[in-house]
Amino acid sequence: MLLIPCPYCGERDETEFSYGGEAHIERPKDPEKLSDAEWADYVFMRPNSKGILLERWVHSHGCRRWFNLARDTVTYKIHAVYRMGEKPPRVPKTDYV
Amino acid sequence: MGDSFLRHSPLAHLGLAARATEVSEFEATKFEADDAEAGVAMGERPYRGLVNLRGPAGDKAFDSAVEKALGVALPIEPNTTAGPGKNKDSLRVFWLGPDEWWVVTPGDGPAMADRLRTALAGQKAAVTDVSESRTCIHIRGARARDLLSKGCPLDLHPRMLSAGRCAQSLCAKAMVALHQTEDDSGDGAKEGGPAYDVYVLNSFAEYLWLWLEDAAREYGLRITAE
Ligand SMILES: [Zn+2]
Repeated sequence: MLLIPCPYCGERDETEFSYGGEAHIERPKDPEKLSDAEWADYVFMRPNSKGILLERWVHSHGCRRWFNLARDTVTYKIHAVYRMGEKPPRVPKTDYV
Repeated sequence: MGDSFLRHSPLAHLGLAARATEVSEFEATKFEADDAEAGVAMGERPYRGLVNLRGPAGDKAFDSAVEKALGVALPIEPNTTAGPGKNKDSLRVFWLGPDEWWVVTPGDGPAMADRLRTALAGQKAAVTDVSESRTCIHIRGARARDLLSKGCPLDLHPRMLSAGRCAQSLCAKAMVALHQTEDDSGDGAKEGGPAYDVYVLNSFAEYLWLWLEDAAREYGLRITAE
Protein backbone atom coordinates (compact mmCIF):
# COMPACT_ATOMS: atom_id res chain seq x y z
CA MET A 1 0.00 0.00 0.00
CA LEU A 2 1.37 3.40 -0.99
CA LEU A 3 1.23 6.50 1.16
CA ILE A 4 0.73 9.21 -1.44
CA PRO A 5 1.53 12.85 -0.64
CA CYS A 6 -1.37 14.86 -2.08
CA PRO A 7 0.04 18.37 -2.69
CA TYR A 8 -3.05 19.79 -0.96
CA CYS A 9 -4.12 17.31 1.74
CA GLY A 10 -0.81 15.75 2.71
CA GLU A 11 -0.02 12.06 3.00
CA ARG A 12 -3.01 9.81 2.41
CA ASP A 13 -3.66 6.16 1.85
CA GLU A 14 -3.49 4.88 -1.74
CA THR A 15 -7.16 3.77 -1.60
CA GLU A 16 -8.23 7.44 -1.67
CA PHE A 17 -6.59 7.97 -5.09
CA SER A 18 -7.14 6.98 -8.70
CA TYR A 19 -4.41 6.57 -11.27
CA GLY A 20 -4.31 8.70 -14.39
CA GLY A 21 -1.47 7.15 -16.38
CA GLU A 22 1.64 8.78 -17.76
CA ALA A 23 1.86 12.57 -17.48
CA HIS A 24 2.87 15.22 -20.03
CA ILE A 25 1.41 13.50 -23.07
CA GLU A 26 0.54 16.36 -25.36
CA ARG A 27 -2.57 16.25 -27.47
CA PRO A 28 -1.65 16.69 -31.13
CA LYS A 29 -2.20 20.31 -32.21
CA ASP A 30 -3.97 19.37 -35.42
CA PRO A 31 -5.71 16.00 -34.91
CA GLU A 32 -7.44 16.21 -38.32
CA LYS A 33 -4.10 15.89 -40.07
CA LEU A 34 -3.09 12.71 -38.24
CA SER A 35 -3.21 9.29 -39.85
CA ASP A 36 -5.02 6.50 -37.99
CA ALA A 37 -1.67 5.03 -37.04
CA GLU A 38 -0.43 8.34 -35.62
CA TRP A 39 -3.69 8.85 -33.70
CA ALA A 40 -3.50 5.32 -32.29
CA ASP A 41 0.06 6.03 -31.26
CA TYR A 42 -1.05 9.14 -29.35
CA VAL A 43 -4.03 7.43 -27.72
CA PHE A 44 -2.61 4.01 -26.85
CA MET A 45 1.13 3.67 -27.09
CA ARG A 46 3.16 4.33 -23.94
CA PRO A 47 6.84 3.59 -23.34
CA ASN A 48 5.98 1.69 -20.12
CA SER A 49 9.50 2.39 -18.97
CA LYS A 50 11.18 0.65 -16.07
CA GLY A 51 12.32 3.20 -13.50
CA ILE A 52 11.13 6.66 -12.63
CA LEU A 53 7.90 7.56 -14.37
CA LEU A 54 6.12 10.93 -14.36
CA GLU A 55 2.49 10.06 -13.84
CA ARG A 56 -0.88 11.61 -13.04
CA TRP A 57 -2.98 10.84 -9.99
CA VAL A 58 -6.26 12.23 -8.74
CA HIS A 59 -7.23 12.43 -5.07
CA SER A 60 -10.66 11.12 -5.95
CA HIS A 61 -11.94 10.42 -2.43
CA GLY A 62 -10.25 13.49 -0.94
CA CYS A 63 -9.93 16.95 -2.46
CA ARG A 64 -10.62 15.62 -6.00
CA ARG A 65 -7.62 17.48 -7.46
CA TRP A 66 -5.24 16.13 -10.10
CA PHE A 67 -1.49 16.25 -9.57
CA ASN A 68 1.71 14.57 -10.75
CA LEU A 69 4.07 12.09 -9.15
CA ALA A 70 7.58 11.01 -10.08
CA ARG A 71 7.45 7.37 -9.01
CA ASP A 72 9.86 4.51 -9.50
CA THR A 73 7.95 1.67 -11.13
CA VAL A 74 10.38 -0.89 -9.71
CA THR A 75 10.70 0.17 -6.07
CA TYR A 76 7.45 2.20 -5.94
CA LYS A 77 9.45 4.95 -4.22
CA ILE A 78 7.86 8.36 -4.77
CA HIS A 79 10.63 10.84 -5.63
CA ALA A 80 8.60 13.98 -6.13
CA VAL A 81 5.11 15.40 -6.21
CA TYR A 82 4.13 18.48 -8.20
CA ARG A 83 0.93 20.24 -9.15
CA MET A 84 -0.72 20.39 -12.54
CA GLY A 85 0.87 23.07 -14.68
CA GLU A 86 4.15 22.91 -12.79
CA LYS A 87 7.38 21.84 -14.46
CA PRO A 88 8.50 18.30 -13.64
CA PRO A 89 11.30 18.31 -11.08
CA ARG A 90 14.72 16.84 -11.66
CA VAL A 91 14.73 13.21 -10.61
CA PRO A 92 17.63 10.82 -10.17
CA LYS A 93 18.50 8.59 -13.12
CA THR A 94 17.63 4.93 -12.84
CA ASP A 95 19.53 2.31 -14.76
CA TYR A 96 17.56 -0.87 -14.42
CA VAL A 97 18.32 -3.52 -16.99
CA MET B 1 -36.37 23.32 -4.23
CA GLY B 2 -38.41 20.97 -2.05
CA ASP B 3 -40.69 22.04 0.75
CA SER B 4 -39.03 21.53 4.09
CA PHE B 5 -41.81 19.29 5.40
CA LEU B 6 -41.04 16.85 2.60
CA ARG B 7 -37.45 16.35 3.71
CA HIS B 8 -36.76 12.78 4.57
CA SER B 9 -33.72 11.39 6.31
CA PRO B 10 -32.16 8.34 4.63
CA LEU B 11 -32.00 6.76 8.12
CA ALA B 12 -35.61 7.57 9.09
CA HIS B 13 -36.74 3.96 8.62
CA LEU B 14 -34.24 2.74 11.22
CA GLY B 15 -36.24 4.43 13.97
CA LEU B 16 -33.13 5.72 15.73
CA ALA B 17 -34.99 8.24 17.88
CA ALA B 18 -37.02 5.42 19.44
CA ARG B 19 -33.83 3.54 20.30
CA ALA B 20 -32.09 6.56 21.79
CA THR B 21 -31.22 6.48 25.48
CA GLU B 22 -29.95 9.06 27.96
CA VAL B 23 -26.54 8.56 29.56
CA SER B 24 -27.79 7.69 33.04
CA GLU B 25 -30.33 5.20 31.77
CA PHE B 26 -27.72 3.65 29.50
CA GLU B 27 -25.05 3.34 32.15
CA ALA B 28 -27.56 1.65 34.43
CA THR B 29 -28.54 -0.95 31.89
CA LYS B 30 -25.54 -1.57 29.65
CA PHE B 31 -22.45 -0.74 31.65
CA GLU B 32 -23.30 -2.26 35.00
CA ALA B 33 -20.21 -4.41 35.09
CA ASP B 34 -18.13 -2.51 32.57
CA ASP B 35 -16.11 0.61 32.80
CA ALA B 36 -18.66 3.39 32.60
CA GLU B 37 -16.20 5.42 30.52
CA ALA B 38 -16.08 2.84 27.76
CA GLY B 39 -18.11 2.81 24.64
CA VAL B 40 -19.38 4.79 21.73
CA ALA B 41 -22.41 7.00 21.34
CA MET B 42 -23.88 7.44 17.90
CA GLY B 43 -26.81 9.38 16.48
CA GLU B 44 -28.01 11.01 13.32
CA ARG B 45 -27.90 14.77 12.84
CA PRO B 46 -30.22 15.04 9.84
CA TYR B 47 -31.54 17.97 7.85
CA ARG B 48 -28.48 20.15 7.82
CA GLY B 49 -28.06 22.74 5.13
CA LEU B 50 -25.08 21.99 2.89
CA VAL B 51 -23.94 24.49 0.30
CA ASN B 52 -21.03 23.83 -2.01
CA LEU B 53 -19.01 26.94 -2.82
CA ARG B 54 -16.30 27.25 -5.46
CA GLY B 55 -14.29 30.32 -6.24
CA PRO B 56 -10.83 31.87 -6.42
CA ALA B 57 -9.42 31.92 -2.90
CA GLY B 58 -7.06 34.86 -2.54
CA ASP B 59 -9.14 37.07 -4.83
CA LYS B 60 -10.00 40.12 -2.72
CA ALA B 61 -13.52 40.68 -4.05
CA PHE B 62 -14.39 36.98 -3.62
CA ASP B 63 -12.87 36.63 -0.15
CA SER B 64 -14.49 39.75 1.25
CA ALA B 65 -17.92 39.06 -0.28
CA VAL B 66 -17.96 35.58 1.25
CA GLU B 67 -16.69 36.79 4.60
CA LYS B 68 -19.37 39.46 4.69
CA ALA B 69 -22.11 36.96 3.84
CA LEU B 70 -20.98 34.29 6.32
CA GLY B 71 -19.47 36.34 9.11
CA VAL B 72 -16.26 34.36 8.93
CA ALA B 73 -13.29 34.22 6.54
CA LEU B 74 -12.95 31.14 4.35
CA PRO B 75 -10.53 28.53 5.72
CA ILE B 76 -7.51 28.44 3.40
CA GLU B 77 -5.41 25.88 5.25
CA PRO B 78 -6.18 22.35 3.95
CA ASN B 79 -8.38 20.15 6.12
CA THR B 80 -9.56 22.91 8.43
CA THR B 81 -12.94 24.43 9.21
CA ALA B 82 -13.98 27.91 10.29
CA GLY B 83 -17.09 29.29 11.88
CA PRO B 84 -18.31 32.45 13.57
CA GLY B 85 -19.47 30.57 16.67
CA LYS B 86 -18.33 27.68 18.83
CA ASN B 87 -21.77 26.14 19.24
CA LYS B 88 -21.98 22.70 17.64
CA ASP B 89 -25.05 23.78 15.73
CA SER B 90 -23.72 27.06 14.42
CA LEU B 91 -22.61 27.69 10.86
CA ARG B 92 -19.35 26.04 9.85
CA VAL B 93 -17.25 26.27 6.68
CA PHE B 94 -15.22 23.23 5.62
CA TRP B 95 -12.15 23.33 3.38
CA LEU B 96 -12.68 20.73 0.64
CA GLY B 97 -10.05 21.79 -1.87
CA PRO B 98 -7.95 24.82 -2.84
CA ASP B 99 -11.00 26.44 -4.46
CA GLU B 100 -13.86 24.51 -2.90
CA TRP B 101 -15.74 24.71 0.41
CA TRP B 102 -18.86 23.49 2.11
CA VAL B 103 -21.01 25.83 4.10
CA VAL B 104 -22.73 23.68 6.72
CA THR B 105 -25.66 25.35 8.39
CA PRO B 106 -28.28 24.20 10.90
CA GLY B 107 -30.69 26.37 8.93
CA ASP B 108 -32.10 26.34 5.46
CA GLY B 109 -29.64 25.27 2.74
CA PRO B 110 -31.42 26.94 -0.19
CA ALA B 111 -31.67 30.20 1.77
CA MET B 112 -27.94 30.08 2.48
CA ALA B 113 -27.25 29.38 -1.20
CA ASP B 114 -29.38 32.40 -2.15
CA ARG B 115 -27.51 34.58 0.32
CA LEU B 116 -24.15 33.55 -1.15
CA ARG B 117 -25.36 33.89 -4.73
CA THR B 118 -26.53 37.43 -4.04
CA ALA B 119 -23.25 38.30 -2.34
CA LEU B 120 -21.23 36.90 -5.25
CA ALA B 121 -23.35 38.31 -8.08
CA GLY B 122 -21.19 39.03 -11.12
CA GLN B 123 -18.20 37.16 -9.73
CA LYS B 124 -16.56 34.04 -11.09
CA ALA B 125 -17.86 31.67 -8.43
CA ALA B 126 -20.26 28.75 -8.15
CA VAL B 127 -22.81 28.17 -5.40
CA THR B 128 -24.75 24.91 -5.28
CA ASP B 129 -27.21 23.76 -2.64
CA VAL B 130 -26.40 20.11 -1.91
CA SER B 131 -28.38 19.79 1.34
CA GLU B 132 -30.34 16.78 0.12
CA SER B 133 -27.26 14.80 -0.88
CA ARG B 134 -26.08 13.68 2.53
CA THR B 135 -26.88 13.09 6.13
CA CYS B 136 -24.63 13.40 9.15
CA ILE B 137 -23.79 10.66 11.65
CA HIS B 138 -22.46 11.94 14.95
CA ILE B 139 -20.04 9.63 16.78
CA ARG B 140 -18.45 10.24 20.14
CA GLY B 141 -17.04 8.35 23.07
CA ALA B 142 -13.84 6.92 24.47
CA ARG B 143 -13.69 4.38 21.64
CA ALA B 144 -14.96 6.64 18.84
CA ARG B 145 -11.48 6.90 17.33
CA ASP B 146 -11.00 3.13 17.48
CA LEU B 147 -14.36 2.65 15.80
CA LEU B 148 -13.55 4.95 12.88
CA SER B 149 -10.06 3.48 12.55
CA LYS B 150 -11.61 0.14 11.65
CA GLY B 151 -12.88 1.50 8.37
CA CYS B 152 -11.10 4.78 7.68
CA PRO B 153 -7.54 5.01 6.32
CA LEU B 154 -6.97 8.50 7.78
CA ASP B 155 -4.46 9.04 10.54
CA LEU B 156 -6.89 9.95 13.32
CA HIS B 157 -4.18 10.65 15.89
CA PRO B 158 -4.72 14.06 17.56
CA ARG B 159 -1.49 15.37 15.98
CA MET B 160 -3.14 14.93 12.55
CA LEU B 161 -6.85 15.38 13.23
CA SER B 162 -8.15 17.44 16.12
CA ALA B 163 -11.25 19.45 16.94
CA GLY B 164 -12.09 21.90 14.18
CA ARG B 165 -10.33 19.94 11.46
CA CYS B 166 -12.01 18.09 8.62
CA ALA B 167 -10.98 15.56 5.97
CA GLN B 168 -12.57 13.81 3.06
CA SER B 169 -11.81 10.14 2.93
CA LEU B 170 -13.39 6.71 2.96
CA CYS B 171 -15.08 4.80 5.75
CA ALA B 172 -15.79 1.14 5.07
CA LYS B 173 -15.20 2.08 1.40
CA ALA B 174 -17.98 4.70 1.45
CA MET B 175 -17.00 8.27 0.63
CA VAL B 176 -17.27 10.47 3.71
CA ALA B 177 -16.37 13.91 4.95
CA LEU B 178 -15.17 13.75 8.52
CA HIS B 179 -15.32 16.72 10.88
CA GLN B 180 -13.86 16.33 14.34
CA THR B 181 -16.09 18.43 16.58
CA GLU B 182 -14.46 17.80 19.96
CA ASP B 183 -11.11 16.73 21.32
CA ASP B 184 -10.68 13.90 23.80
CA SER B 185 -11.10 16.27 26.72
CA GLY B 186 -13.85 18.35 25.11
CA ASP B 187 -16.57 19.68 27.38
CA GLY B 188 -19.39 18.16 25.39
CA ALA B 189 -17.69 14.76 25.15
CA LYS B 190 -19.94 13.15 27.70
CA GLU B 191 -18.52 9.73 26.99
CA GLY B 192 -14.99 10.96 27.61
CA GLY B 193 -13.65 10.73 24.09
CA PRO B 194 -13.37 12.66 20.85
CA ALA B 195 -16.46 13.52 18.81
CA TYR B 196 -16.91 13.40 15.04
CA ASP B 197 -19.51 14.37 12.49
CA VAL B 198 -19.44 11.98 9.54
CA TYR B 199 -21.15 13.29 6.40
CA VAL B 200 -22.20 10.46 4.11
CA LEU B 201 -24.12 10.35 0.84
CA ASN B 202 -27.78 9.41 1.29
CA SER B 203 -27.41 6.28 -0.80
CA PHE B 204 -24.59 5.03 1.48
CA ALA B 205 -26.12 6.20 4.75
CA GLU B 206 -27.99 3.04 5.74
CA TYR B 207 -25.03 0.84 4.79
CA LEU B 208 -22.57 2.97 6.74
CA TRP B 209 -24.81 3.27 9.80
CA LEU B 210 -25.31 -0.50 9.97
CA TRP B 211 -21.60 -1.07 9.40
CA LEU B 212 -20.72 1.34 12.21
CA GLU B 213 -23.31 -0.16 14.53
CA ASP B 214 -21.89 -3.61 13.98
CA ALA B 215 -18.30 -2.39 14.36
CA ALA B 216 -19.19 -0.57 17.59
CA ARG B 217 -20.77 -3.61 19.21
CA GLU B 218 -17.58 -4.69 20.97
CA TYR B 219 -17.22 -1.26 22.61
CA GLY B 220 -20.80 -0.96 23.81
CA LEU B 221 -23.02 1.33 21.75
CA ARG B 222 -25.47 3.92 22.94
CA ILE B 223 -27.78 5.53 20.42
CA THR B 224 -28.42 9.20 20.91
CA ALA B 225 -31.06 11.62 19.73
CA GLU B 226 -29.11 14.52 18.24
ZN1 LIG C 1 -6.03 15.94 -1.71
